[in-house]
Amino acid sequence: MKPKVFAAFVGPSIFMMLLFIAFPLVSVFWNSFVVTQPVYETVEVENCTAGFLEQTCTTEMETRPVLDESGEIRRQTEFVGFQTYQNVLEMGRFWEAVKDRSWTALQNIDFWKALRFTLMFTLVTLPLVLGVGLAIALVINNASQKIKGPVIFLSLLPFIITPVIGALSINWLFRGDGILTAFLEWWLEQDLALFAQAWTIELMMMFYRVWHVAPFAAIVFYAGLQTVNQDSLESAVIDGASRWQRLRLIVIPHLAPLLIFVAMIHLMDTYRVFEEVVGFRAEGYVISLQWLTYDFLTPDQAGNRSISRASASAMLTMIGIAILLVPLLKRTWRDHKGSH
Amino acid sequence: MTAKALRQPASLRIVSGAFLAFWCLIAAFPIAWIAVMSFKSPVDAFDSNPLNVIFGPATRADGSGWSILEIGLGLAVIWVTARLTVRRAPPLVASYSPGGYVALGWIVAAVLIGLGFVLVFFGLLPLVTDLLNPILGPLGRDIIGATTEHYQTVWIERGFIDNFRNSLIVTTGVVTISLTVGTLAGYGLARSGSTLAFWILIIALIFRSLPHSVLVAGYLPVFINSAEWLAPILGENAPTLYGKPAAVIAVLVAINQPFTIWMLRSFFANIPADLDEAARVDGCSHFKAFRLVIMPVMWPGVITTGLFSFLLAYNDFLVTSLLLDASNQTMVPAIAGMFNRETTTTDQVVAVAAAVSITAPLFLLVMVFQRQIVSGLTAGAVKG
Repeated sequence: MKPKVFAAFVGPSIFMMLLFIAFPLVSVFWNSFVVTQPVYETVEVENCTAGFLEQTCTTEMETRPVLDESGEIRRQTEFVGFQTYQNVLEMGRFWEAVKDRSWTALQNIDFWKALRFTLMFTLVTLPLVLGVGLAIALVINNASQKIKGPVIFLSLLPFIITPVIGALSINWLFRGDGILTAFLEWWLEQDLALFAQAWTIELMMMFYRVWHVAPFAAIVFYAGLQTVNQDSLESAVIDGASRWQRLRLIVIPHLAPLLIFVAMIHLMDTYRVFEEVVGFRAEGYVISLQWLTYDFLTPDQAGNRSISRASASAMLTMIGIAILLVPLLKRTWRDHKGSH
Repeated sequence: MTAKALRQPASLRIVSGAFLAFWCLIAAFPIAWIAVMSFKSPVDAFDSNPLNVIFGPATRADGSGWSILEIGLGLAVIWVTARLTVRRAPPLVASYSPGGYVALGWIVAAVLIGLGFVLVFFGLLPLVTDLLNPILGPLGRDIIGATTEHYQTVWIERGFIDNFRNSLIVTTGVVTISLTVGTLAGYGLARSGSTLAFWILIIALIFRSLPHSVLVAGYLPVFINSAEWLAPILGENAPTLYGKPAAVIAVLVAINQPFTIWMLRSFFANIPADLDEAARVDGCSHFKAFRLVIMPVMWPGVITTGLFSFLLAYNDFLVTSLLLDASNQTMVPAIAGMFNRETTTTDQVVAVAAAVSITAPLFLLVMVFQRQIVSGLTAGAVKG
């Protein structure tokens, strides 16, 4: 294919990606170093009140925003360096908490609280998704041909559902005297308040995420199971390998590339955890890195959005993404070089 | 020998079957349960006794419910519709649609079936059951308490129909544009094999992993002030991009683009290159070969990718909630606004009904396109 023809085919797509992905990245990078705020001036104001014989006058210094010709508040953009990062990270409070060895103090700082939850969420759900996905794939593969279709249909439902709605639907099962809370209370014979502390909410969020992603893992693994070499399975049987040995020594090594693929996708997606916080209305207890950026971007009561702080927290979030991506890119590069 | 040696002991088969049943229950339960809740009065919906939620005594006491006759007739109508769609519709569509426009014929057929179903189910059925219920005695008595009032509240009083329309606009826009742009790029990338193509794919992979909030943080200041900086180019009527569905469509298309080109590339790579080379030998240009030879065999891949684009646009909360103003709100952010002000349990059940309304189209989608979705999920992984 000639370069000119190639450019004509890929051009529109590249243009869209440059305009709406690369350009915003530059804009975020720039915004994290500048602050735009109204210009204030300090003026001397003389207030006089009528008094006996003569007026009582006081002069005060008053700060007020400068207006331009059309009566709008004048804004100015100022380069502040790493000041916004400082505001998001709150390093002063961070070191204080570290010095006191106080975990609670550390968890009162929004950024570190969000980072702690995001990392824990990512690392806890990963083995669960791989394990549950593999188990579902094995039992679907084991089921009779007739019920495979309906079972895959049911399995796809949690995967396809809108994340916010999925989180909400699980939320409603537990909220208040929800059906599952009632069941757990009857079973454990004690009163439960599942939405009153962070760790129970985190457990529900993890349950939701595994429920939502395990079908994807299961279907990928199920497709992989179809291509397991039957000959090596048979020879393993002849050599007297037990069922468990066959699974461990033949099936799982065969699925290894798929396990890595699902793990990479899952790491990338869970690191961006966000919808759970909205769906479980957990913002008072548990927040994630992406939710922190979202919160900076939503207008506060005065209608202001803290764009600079959102940009800084977005840049900090991306450091994690970069770390996650390095092994993946290394592998792709090796494959690419190997294929040439 | 194979069959016998590989046969599983009964205990293993039972454990495996039990686990499968357990998984199916967990997969379907939350969705099925909110569907049941959405038809009950608030007292029943949040009852701690599951039987009360299912049979809804308080709802029945309010005088709304379904009799055995109504349930039977309703199920019959649903079954007949499904049967007609699967058995009779394909040959009819094939024979009535003009050559080459089968897709158009299907759209018309879908609209007709949908209209017919709504007319019979909500128009004709209540009339018939109202006549028959008093005559039939026990068969005509309400046994399950159920009410559709929450759906009426959501769709009519709360104006969910506007949100539905907005969702429709955004998803249609995203699917058409990202498929048009994506198929061209996917074809180019699959056939090129140059180092440049490799780097484009790698950069797309990096873009795919970016959190969407990062991108939105980049758009917001630009979109809000767009009237100012577009003025030199467009003059007086420069638009404010913030709040406009068109801007959100462009953003979602771009966010979706890395995924789309990766997926379409892997589908194109499965079509033998000999096919377009033969066309080129016969004197076609690259574009002509693409349009006349490759596209006709590419439809399965395009439909699969279109489904995933649809899901991304339909399910999105972050981008639409931050970039659309209240009058252009789509369904998912609208429901988030609904539960913020929920104070009474009635409001909660109304929100449940809205959630079920959002899920219903997805349910139909999986039913119709199950095979395509599965092939899309495995395309990226298994084929490499």
